[in-house]
Amino acid sequence: MHNVATTTGSDKPVFFEVEEHEHEPGGSTMLGFWIYLMSDCLIFAVLFATYGVLAGAYAAGPRPDEIFELPLLAANTAMLLFSSITYGFAMIAMQNRNKQAVLLWLVVTAVFGALFVGIELYEFASLIHEGATPQRSAFLSAFFTLVATHGLHVSFGILWMIVLMVQVQKRGLLADNRRRLMCLSMFWHFLDVIWIGVFTFVYLIRVI
Amino acid sequence: MLGNTDLTRLIFGRLTLDSIPYHEPILVGTFAVVVLGGLALLGALTYFKLWGYLWNEWLTSVDHKRIGIMYIVLAIVMLLRGFADALMMRAQQAMAFNGSEGFLPAHHYDQVFTAHGTIMIFFVAMPLIVGIMNIVVPLQIGARDVAFPFLNNFSFWMTAGGVILVMLSLFLGEFARTGWLAFPPLSDAANSPGVGVDYYIWGLQIAGVGTLLSGVNFLATIVKMRAPGMTMMRMPIFTWTALCTNVLIVASFPVLTAVLALLSLDRYVGTHFFTNDLGGNSMMYFNLIWIWGHPEVYILILPCFGVYSEVTSTFSGKRLFGYTSMVYATVVITILAYLVWLHHFFTMGNGASVNSFFGITTMIISIPTGAKIFNWLFTMYRGRVRFEVPMLWTIAFLVTFTIGGMTGVLLAVPPVDFVTHNSLFLVAHFHNVIIGGVLFGMFAAINYWFPKAFGFKLDPFWGKVSFWFWVVGFYFAFMPLYVLGLMGVTRRLREFDDPSLQIWFIVAAFGAVLIAAGIAAFLVQIFVSVRRRDELADTTGDPWDGRTLEWATSSPPPHYNFAFTPVVHGLDAYTDMKRRGFARPMEGFKPIHMPKNTGAGIFIAGLATVCGFAMIWYIWWLAALSFVALVAMTIAHTFNYDRDYYIPADEVAETEHAFAGTLTARS
Amino acid sequence: MSDQYGAAPLRPFRFLLVLALPVILSACSSPVLFPGGDIAARQRDMLLIATGLMLIIILPVIFMSLYFPWRYRASNKATDYDADWDHSTKLELVIWTVPLLIIIVLGAVTWVGTHLLDPFRPLDEITTSEGVALDAEPLDVEVVALNWKWLFVYPQYGVASVNELAAPVDRPIRFHLTAESVMNAFYVPTLAGMIYSMPGMETKLHAVMNEPGVFDGFASHYNGAGFSDMNFKFYSQNDGDFDAWIQNLKASNQTLDTQSYLDLAKPTEGSPVAYYSSVEDDLYKRILGMCVRPGKLCMQEIMMIDAGKAEPGRDVTIDQLKYETYDLDQFGHGGDAQGATAPASNREPHSDERTLEEPAGEGTIAPPQLHEN
Repeated sequence: MHNVATTTGSDKPVFFEVEEHEHEPGGSTMLGFWIYLMSDCLIFAVLFATYGVLAGAYAAGPRPDEIFELPLLAANTAMLLFSSITYGFAMIAMQNRNKQAVLLWLVVTAVFGALFVGIELYEFASLIHEGATPQRSAFLSAFFTLVATHGLHVSFGILWMIVLMVQVQKRGLLADNRRRLMCLSMFWHFLDVIWIGVFTFVYLIRVI
Repeated sequence: MLGNTDLTRLIFGRLTLDSIPYHEPILVGTFAVVVLGGLALLGALTYFKLWGYLWNEWLTSVDHKRIGIMYIVLAIVMLLRGFADALMMRAQQAMAFNGSEGFLPAHHYDQVFTAHGTIMIFFVAMPLIVGIMNIVVPLQIGARDVAFPFLNNFSFWMTAGGVILVMLSLFLGEFARTGWLAFPPLSDAANSPGVGVDYYIWGLQIAGVGTLLSGVNFLATIVKMRAPGMTMMRMPIFTWTALCTNVLIVASFPVLTAVLALLSLDRYVGTHFFTNDLGGNSMMYFNLIWIWGHPEVYILILPCFGVYSEVTSTFSGKRLFGYTSMVYATVVITILAYLVWLHHFFTMGNGASVNSFFGITTMIISIPTGAKIFNWLFTMYRGRVRFEVPMLWTIAFLVTFTIGGMTGVLLAVPPVDFVTHNSLFLVAHFHNVIIGGVLFGMFAAINYWFPKAFGFKLDPFWGKVSFWFWVVGFYFAFMPLYVLGLMGVTRRLREFDDPSLQIWFIVAAFGAVLIAAGIAAFLVQIFVSVRRRDELADTTGDPWDGRTLEWATSSPPPHYNFAFTPVVHGLDAYTDMKRRGFARPMEGFKPIHMPKNTGAGIFIAGLATVCGFAMIWYIWWLAALSFVALVAMTIAHTFNYDRDYYIPADEVAETEHAFAGTLTARS
Repeated sequence: MSDQYGAAPLRPFRFLLVLALPVILSACSSPVLFPGGDIAARQRDMLLIATGLMLIIILPVIFMSLYFPWRYRASNKATDYDADWDHSTKLELVIWTVPLLIIIVLGAVTWVGTHLLDPFRPLDEITTSEGVALDAEPLDVEVVALNWKWLFVYPQYGVASVNELAAPVDRPIRFHLTAESVMNAFYVPTLAGMIYSMPGMETKLHAVMNEPGVFDGFASHYNGAGFSDMNFKFYSQNDGDFDAWIQNLKASNQTLDTQSYLDLAKPTEGSPVAYYSSVEDDLYKRILGMCVRPGKLCMQEIMMIDAGKAEPGRDVTIDQLKYETYDLDQFGHGGDAQGATAPASNREPHSDERTLEEPAGEGTIAPPQLHEN
């Protein structure tokens, strides 16, 4: 830190970059998006913590082992994991600049994602039908909020995916579009990681 | 008839004519003033045909310097509002003795102190900090803009959206009557059924999105866009503190977003996170909101520490003493900021071990903070201290903040906190550090960087007038509150029984009047400086003999900041350049790649504000519509691939030669 | 007022009080600096110790903050200006170590003090004040923070009072605190530090008074429209006076049962003092369990069910679990608001109303001899 020359006069280093190399536009996007994901992760951390605090507050109402259905959950988890794999294929296709394959894999991913959201909605509907509503107890409030927040993220991911499919279709695999696909990729895998946490701490631990 | 009512509710939600507080003379008067002022402003804009200029050059601008200026203007406007609240509180408390009710009923007074806290933190201190960072950070690191210029504009408008909602609550409905952190159960649907808490929630949520995004933006900027040669340990100290502050923003605002979302679920959906019954736990809200709230105070103070470092070093004509330990102190404070939140509620009945743990972590923060203060002292030591206005603020800070730090450590001792918590002692303490630390710092920053942003200095005479009124006013306003706190007086009281207390409140009110004079002098200072801008002009770009890169370009800097990116060889890069006789290259200019202005930010943020308004008043159709429009607008924005342009090399050359011309003309 | 506070034992650190003389002189009625209770006095001592420790560093810093800029001012050419002097390992060692040492000492004091003065800790383990009757059974007081008044129940005597608290000198007091609907804090500065009282939860506070007198008690956590008026008088009395006070309560013609509690719990402001000659069994426990209203399931039972230690009845309905709050008007006051002064409510400021109301209370006037203290 003390290498600022205190000498004066003779040595004159270069003080300006005269031959400037072009900055790649959006060079900070991946870092920026990653930072955003970390902040999103904190929202989930709060929801997990809330769920942890309220996990036993059934208010003389339904308990996890009475309402969670593991087979449904397994199917749901499979959907999301498959969608992550298929998104991976889309990214490989993108590296190969194969536009049609990218679009195809994105469609497959979106369908898996939609199935995930569909199954989740079905689960919610049956819970509410049984009287296990978010208003019934603090435990259920925390459960619904955590799982639905994840579900909302997935839904927005699907919307984003559809938008990107249109953009790739119209514009091809431009640098801009590739960058967006990479961001969505991070987002999608991030949701997968969160789901692993939800699956384990919300469902599995409470039922077994 | 009934059908009619249903239809009205469907269209207007719970918004009725009765929501307009026409029976409150204070509000009607304020409304009249705002309307007249607003009309005058709009009239002037129309008369001078400034709409196009305003829209093209400012509102849609993605230039970090202009966005920074807009943030600061917003903050100063809100300072006037927040300070008006403060004056009303001081007047109420000075009057409400001997059976007098004062002039504010509980319904109004409780809104006033809630609004004062909320506005001062979220809409004065935060925009000031973000505004100064916007103006200074890219220049200090030798960058041409922030990493995400459009996001920057959008962040500003989200903050402005929050401001609009909070201001709207003055004339339509009411604001929260819960205190600035809206603790449940008081803030839940049963105990605060009106729109006040909803205004609070949506105002903060919308502004919070802006703050979070600008945190992401600055992190990416500082990490990715530093000039060649500027290693982490060569970053100017203000940039270091900005980096740490943005780490804190990104790591704490999501918590606020989440906890307010849970509170809104309780209020809107009927969930049981913080309710008394069905398993809810209101203590959880205290924990969560302070997990955000404590880092928040460091978000505010760290950049000010950076300002004091720059100012002390510049006006002592000396390198900053102990740069390395300064950096480590900043980082340590950043980390410790997350380990102290519980000291805000020692009195909740936590175990003694928990309380002492959090008390001791709090005290530990005073060690790096103390080291910083010594570093500033030893920067002045063997220096040549010039008493320019920014330096005066810094000296006042050193004395004031030290006192505030001492009372802060007192409050960190749990048994002491038991007798001073929620008292006016506490109120005195946090004003002591927030005014003495943050506000003094921001005034130093404004006086210091104003010539960089506008090309002329602020008038020093009125600056000193403002300074003295502020500092003296501060001591008059808050020292009595320490005394009152030790007399066992609780905060947020509206009336008092013990007449012996009144004299202290009168002194405090007098202090508030002095501060009002300080604010007025500050406005006069700006006015006078604009009138005398030719005399006060800064043609060199370096009015203070500055040490960091922002002074290496012209004042105000061109759009692109630097025609050629500077190369950094050490700390105090510009001092180094000056000492070694740098020369600006005068040829070989290249076209410069810059982002285009866009109106998307203002539209999307506008829709978010409308959506928030509709949610507050239960106008469900409007909320759904504006939300769908918001999403559609965002998607539409992503279809615009044509977002940048090149400033032609000729234009760059012309600008740079003009600057060089004024430099030679001067010498 | 000053003499009754001034007699408090000052303990060591008296010299610090001298330092703060100007403040003290005018603030000699400060119950925080001159408390009448042992716990508050020791909390005050912590305040003085911490202040003293910090002044070791604060005073030199303030001096240097003013002296350095003056000494090294630009117009003073005689100074030894050195533009590049920015580092001194010795100096940096000092500026990190000295605060560290002070914080180590203060941290140790804090750790010990926090444990000793933990409000949950029974007094007999810690008190050092002479004359405290440690062998006597502590006075139990069950405190309920209502909107916006304080209810004090004395289970050992079967009586209760509103907005008036009394305790014998030198007898340990054990407070059990809860609240009806929102968070509150119970604070009698002269007696001991504050503690939150929260709905559905119980906090405890152990304290003792060492001198007789009439003192102020507050709600010290903002809790809504009636916050400013939610204060009470605390009578610290000799045993005889205290017995007389209890007898006076017993003579009241009001009793506290489910219905009168539910009436009392309605939000009101500036409520007059009230006495209750008897208290329904388990009332406090049901307040704590938020099940005073008939037909409600108590929190204690719900928690047993949730923990799997009890079977829910077949017919647990949501109505049994929901806690019913009282309606507030648009100004945040109780339904029959005294406080709304806006023209729309056509009401006078409530201080005027209150003065009219006061004589109306039955058996609510405290015995005159108590006011003479």
